[in-house]
Amino acid sequence: MGLILALKKKFGFIFRLFFRKDKVRIGIYGPPNAGKTTLANRILRDWTGDIIGPPSDIPHETRRARLREGVKLEVDGKTLKIDIVDTPGLATKIDFHDFLCYGLSEEEAKRRAKEATEGVIEAIKWLDDLDGVLLVMDSTEDPFTQVNITIVGNIEARKLPLLIVANKIDLPNAYPSRIKSAFPQHQVVAISALKGINIESLYKAMAEKFG
Amino acid sequence: MNLISKDRLDKMPSMEKLRMILDNVKEGRIVVLETGLTPEEEAKLIELTMLEIDHENFIGIEVETYPIKQRSLLSKIFGKKKGRLTVIGPANRLKTLEKREDVIKALVQFQ
Repeated sequence: MGLILALKKKFGFIFRLFFRKDKVRIGIYGPPNAGKTTLANRILRDWTGDIIGPPSDIPHETRRARLREGVKLEVDGKTLKIDIVDTPGLATKIDFHDFLCYGLSEEEAKRRAKEATEGVIEAIKWLDDLDGVLLVMDSTEDPFTQVNITIVGNIEARKLPLLIVANKIDLPNAYPSRIKSAFPQHQVVAISALKGINIESLYKAMAEKFG
Repeated sequence: MNLISKDRLDKMPSMEKLRMILDNVKEGRIVVLETGLTPEEEAKLIELTMLEIDHENFIGIEVETYPIKQRSLLSKIFGKKKGRLTVIGPANRLKTLEKREDVIKALVQFQ
């Protein structure tokens, strides 16, 4: 079982070259509060009129991966059919004290922290069942975080197609150029998922990268 | 603080390496790895860390490392990705101040 998984990780990209699926499964990854659910909602609202879940300012609002199947994107006459997996934010530490300042009781904060740890594990497990990744980073934050480095490293090791989404460009202190210079080997699309700024460029890049 | 050499790390199977790191970090030590971890090992370390967070004494880890360098075509095909110098510590004692491509500034709080 371990050998099959290792072979899939190492050579899966060769199969993807020759056997294109009619539907691709795209994972939305990133650290907490980067705007993953906001982006998933934006994609779904634009193409299905629906949403995947409520976004929140409190970190680790998404603590279970959410899957939406069969979303059809039509870009420049090209159709891309995707399943979207909105994953919980990845982190190397989770302290329940961080949630107390959002008005949660100690009991609620501890429960959220426990569920968040489970969510991180679930997000990592999903990496083995994807055909591509949208890695969402907050353009107002330093991109050289351990979480970003680990996600990029794992996606590269699995040879999965990757698009980096430099989110929150509507904010005055956003510097998407920092993300571009931190990960020059990958395509970066600067957007605001909340306001829909430059979202058409993202759809075009998705059709080219994942289609 | 424990400084682990490349030779020692190369001899250790992944799980043994990760267990050693986590046991040391949970005891409050800072672990310095000469060659770091592969991306898969880093992901596994995060998984193990999440399983061991108890919300009282251990809230997780802080990892300081550089992005992996671009490799030649041959090593991309046949080689395994190797990490670079890595510092791992308990999240309540090690804090990143600034991280760039080639410089990391971190604060270590001694007990």
